[in-house]
Amino acid sequence: MNKTTIPRLNRHFRMQWEEAQNCHVLLYPEGMVKLNDSASLILGCVDGSRSVGDIIADLSARFPDVEDIAGDIEEFMAIASARRWIEPV
Amino acid sequence: MSAPPTPSPPLWLLAELTYRCPLQCPYCSNPVEMAAAGQELETEDWLRVLRQARQLGAAQLGFSGGEPLVRQDLELLVAEARQLGFYSNLITSGVGLTRERVLALREAGLDHIQVSFQSAEEEVSALLSGSRKAFAHKLAMAEAVKSAGYPMVLNFVLHRHNIDQVEQIIELASALGADYVELANTQYHGWALLNRDELMPSGEQIQHAERVTNAWREAHPEGMRIFFVVPDYYEDRPKPCMNGWGQMFLAVAPDGMALPCHSARSLPLEFPNVRDMDIDTVWHRSEAFNAYRGFDWMQEPCRSCPEKERDFGGCRCQAFALTGDPTQADPVCTKSEQRHLVDAALTAANCHKTGGTAMRYRTLQASRDILASQS
Repeated sequence: MNKTTIPRLNRHFRMQWEEAQNCHVLLYPEGMVKLNDSASLILGCVDGSRSVGDIIADLSARFPDVEDIAGDIEEFMAIASARRWIEPV
Repeated sequence: MSAPPTPSPPLWLLAELTYRCPLQCPYCSNPVEMAAAGQELETEDWLRVLRQARQLGAAQLGFSGGEPLVRQDLELLVAEARQLGFYSNLITSGVGLTRERVLALREAGLDHIQVSFQSAEEEVSALLSGSRKAFAHKLAMAEAVKSAGYPMVLNFVLHRHNIDQVEQIIELASALGADYVELANTQYHGWALLNRDELMPSGEQIQHAERVTNAWREAHPEGMRIFFVVPDYYEDRPKPCMNGWGQMFLAVAPDGMALPCHSARSLPLEFPNVRDMDIDTVWHRSEAFNAYRGFDWMQEPCRSCPEKERDFGGCRCQAFALTGDPTQADPVCTKSEQRHLVDAALTAANCHKTGGTAMRYRTLQASRDILASQS
């Protein structure tokens, strides 16, 4: 996954807010992953139309004080891809 | 005695819609006493259970049985589950499924269908399920599930009569395009416990199956995910059953009995019924759901064991089935003074050589006969 890749959520996963957990979660066959704030923020930008580069630009503009936000986003995309939460369009 | 800590909400609701099933698998985890269960819940009862459990925080929902497809209101329940925000899983033999129903369930909002197989070949499948036609139909339905866009999870229950075919099983699952495969060794509860001598594989069989599975994983790093579950009799520590009693799992039996585990009906406890008690009260305040929460109920060696927070003393049903006392350590644990019961069961099973002819099949009539012989 590089900056030009356009990721989308693997259609076998569903992301939603869970009131009882007080966090966003990913649901999949017989399982659930709780997402922390930054993971849910990044995954929330994954829409199948924006590239990794677009998402970095968007979040960098919204959070200018966060150091190396680009590195964090790329690292998260690599992990999410390895876990098959996201896939290239 | 200190009060058990306030439990977190149940994440899992298992809705066992019915004990009716067209198959007769001798390793079924349904209770042997299933013929004594009361009348099945009505649609309205299930709708209420879904709403109350979701309100409490349940996110994963399993429709199971028996064969849940025999319930004509399944599509309606699925639609309500979707509307409530559940991730819903249908756990089925595939018998009773049609291409039309696969699509109708998708339309209603079902997220996932797990099809269970007896074997990778027709003969063994027919022997175990009691149905000659089931295998070909399962193959067709697995393809229909895949082409409808569901994630495909195939489940194979392993035992002595099919574990040596694990390579063919994996190849079959891969050819069908499975995303996940569960190679789940039989857990010895319900009918499986009754047939333990006929089903328990040998240690060599398990090692062989694990080797084959690991070799396939290494050769296909990007391939489907395989989960291999060892029969716990061969382990030296018990499994953290249900992640602890009343911690995350809530099962509702066909007659409305609420259980912290689908096998728990066998335990000498008074379980609440969702006809008389709402899910919040069941989960937080019923005596049965609090019976084995926390650690105060434990005896030695669990009580002072540093591993108790990892395995919670193992499985209460197994402790009761093998030792007669549900507060004992799960006798799988080598720290248990009762471990000899598990070793004796393994020895008995490994000496037992009838080739499957003495199996007791899971039928309502067999259940009635067993109940009659108990009374």
